[in-house]
Amino acid sequence: MKLARTLIAAAVTLAAAGAALADINVGVSLSLTGPGSGLGLPMQNQFKLFPKEIAGEKVNLIILDDASDPGKGVSNARRFVTEDKVDLIIGSCLTPVAGAMTPVATEAKTVQLSASPVGGDSPWLFRLPQGNDVMAHAMVEHMKKQNVKTIGFLGYTDAYGELWLKALTPLLEKNGMKLVATERFARTDTSVTPQALKLTSANPDAIVVVASGSGAAMPQMGLVERGYKGKVYQTHAAATGDLMRIGGKAVEGTFVTSGPAVVGQQLPDSHPSKKVAIDFYTNYEKQFGPPNQFAGHSYDAAIALQKAVPIAKQKAKPGTPEFRAALRDAFETMGRTVFAHGVMNWTKDDHWGYTNETGVMLKVVDGKFVVEK
Amino acid sequence: MDLSIAGILALDGLTSGAVYALLALATVLVFAVTRVIFIPQGEFVAFGALTLALFQAGKVPGTVWFLLVLAVLAVLGDLWNGVRHHVPPRRLAIGAFRTLAWPVLASAVAVWAAPRNFPLPVQALLTLALVAPFGSLIYRLAYESLADASVLVLLIVSVGVHFALVGFGLFFFGAEGFRNPSFWDQRFSAGALSLSGQTLIIFAASIALIVALWLFFGRTLTGKALRATAVNRAGARLMGISSSAAGRLAFTMAAFIGALSGLLIGPTTTVFYDSGFLIGLKGFVAAVFGGLASYPLALVGALGVGLLESFGSFYASAFKEVIVFSSILPVLLWRSLRDPHGDEH
Repeated sequence: MKLARTLIAAAVTLAAAGAALADINVGVSLSLTGPGSGLGLPMQNQFKLFPKEIAGEKVNLIILDDASDPGKGVSNARRFVTEDKVDLIIGSCLTPVAGAMTPVATEAKTVQLSASPVGGDSPWLFRLPQGNDVMAHAMVEHMKKQNVKTIGFLGYTDAYGELWLKALTPLLEKNGMKLVATERFARTDTSVTPQALKLTSANPDAIVVVASGSGAAMPQMGLVERGYKGKVYQTHAAATGDLMRIGGKAVEGTFVTSGPAVVGQQLPDSHPSKKVAIDFYTNYEKQFGPPNQFAGHSYDAAIALQKAVPIAKQKAKPGTPEFRAALRDAFETMGRTVFAHGVMNWTKDDHWGYTNETGVMLKVVDGKFVVEK
Repeated sequence: MDLSIAGILALDGLTSGAVYALLALATVLVFAVTRVIFIPQGEFVAFGALTLALFQAGKVPGTVWFLLVLAVLAVLGDLWNGVRHHVPPRRLAIGAFRTLAWPVLASAVAVWAAPRNFPLPVQALLTLALVAPFGSLIYRLAYESLADASVLVLLIVSVGVHFALVGFGLFFFGAEGFRNPSFWDQRFSAGALSLSGQTLIIFAASIALIVALWLFFGRTLTGKALRATAVNRAGARLMGISSSAAGRLAFTMAAFIGALSGLLIGPTTTVFYDSGFLIGLKGFVAAVFGGLASYPLALVGALGVGLLESFGSFYASAFKEVIVFSSILPVLLWRSLRDPHGDEH
């Protein structure tokens, strides 16, 4: 009994000492259970490959599960800033959870690297995924090359659809293209026949379908069923194998925007992310099988830290409020950085930061994604 | 809008309406017999479609294990009650055997058949055999001991059951959706209208089931017993009709109808683990048109909801659900003005 107690005491002391010695603490909140686990688990895998040391400082990752629940995300964030005194928070992979964590991080003046496209203008919040306007840019550039003049829009009746419409509209206007029909549908709808009828009677050169995952196939099948022969564009949320699994023949020839991370091998040599994306893909695949784009966000977090920590270290020691502020300044001033997911340039006014060198267009050919050159 | 567009919209609306009609009939049936407003009706739709999808993929669907767990729980509940009321062990054993026989048999066949990739109709039958017993088991576990509670209490239980089933659905089928192959891949075109074989199957199955229900309630003793329970539970009990047996039967029929609806819509759309709720809710709106009491009115309501939805999505797709669910308000107003309820609830 006494021995056990001594041992426990020793272990606690050692752990405490370890924490004191450990130089950079990073709190990671991921959805490892619940509906978001498909995104959180690949991220966790990639964190197992996270560098153990950055700029001569030991890196401690504290990974907690937020169960896809905003409330749990908030309590994780609180724990990070009060108990673990972290220098940086990463997470979450779900927008509602990450959004709930932001006020806590902001209040504690700790940088939050969100792995989902959260809105808001907190000075402490930086995003790892691409904003919709960057993706819309790639899409509109491709449309220009394909000589598309009129466009129809068929999107979710939720925030994802709305944000895409907002990102697309000014870009289309600037490039002299016209949005001729705007139709909505819900993920739970069993039929898009009426919307497809309206879109096909407007007969645009191209239709943009804004939907995610396996929900992206049904609207396009509705369009094909109504005899639409023009081009169909899908967004990066549809860039998964589910599009072909459900859509089959109906989605052949579809153009899909995507980040470069998961198609590294196919990128043209001129794409700045090619080398990094291939490195990410091969390392992940060797250990865990093919990655998805969220694993890429974990990989990019490491790149961001490796560049920012040496800059911040010149100003203050890790574990202090000064270091946290210095880290934020470093993110804002470190300039053009090549991620697996594209080219990032965070500035004081722009915490989304992806440049237009980022988006890649894919085409569905024989049930596979092929990069459009 | 010209006539051909109107025709296409009407056809699309009637197709969805036919499925809503089935769900509306099930909702009316369950409410009339047990006074349960059965919100989870739509979950059977998702269970049916997704169970078939997993059979198609050659996997054993999670519904198999869920069915066994529910059956065992029901038996344990019976044993506990039986021991407390000193029921002879022989009767307990017979009861347990009756509860377990069908689920165990269906599960065993499902586990055996899953990797063998039988033809689609066989897998569809197997799906029905697996999902239909859920009705009776869920009734026994969640509602039977509360059979005399108020409609409000039963409604609250329904909400709980709904959330539980959606959660299990996520666990069994995952977050990604599935689309089933069509039962009949033929296409017919008449002018601008293009009719798929699956649409015809939906109409045929809906009409067949409605006729079957009409015959069942009009011509069979069991059907008449259900109707008697619907009219007056206490009176029916005095006539020797077991109201709990009536409840179990009503729920089994509801689950069967739900699973069948799932099989019907599975090939026309992508079904997710949580798709059932909105589909079931539209069936519920249709049932409210019939005052949760009249089958023909519910049928008319369902076709109306389908048409409203189809034309609504054409004119203002962003407001489609608003249009569909707001349509319930004038109906409720009209119903409450026509026959104001007294002390029934």
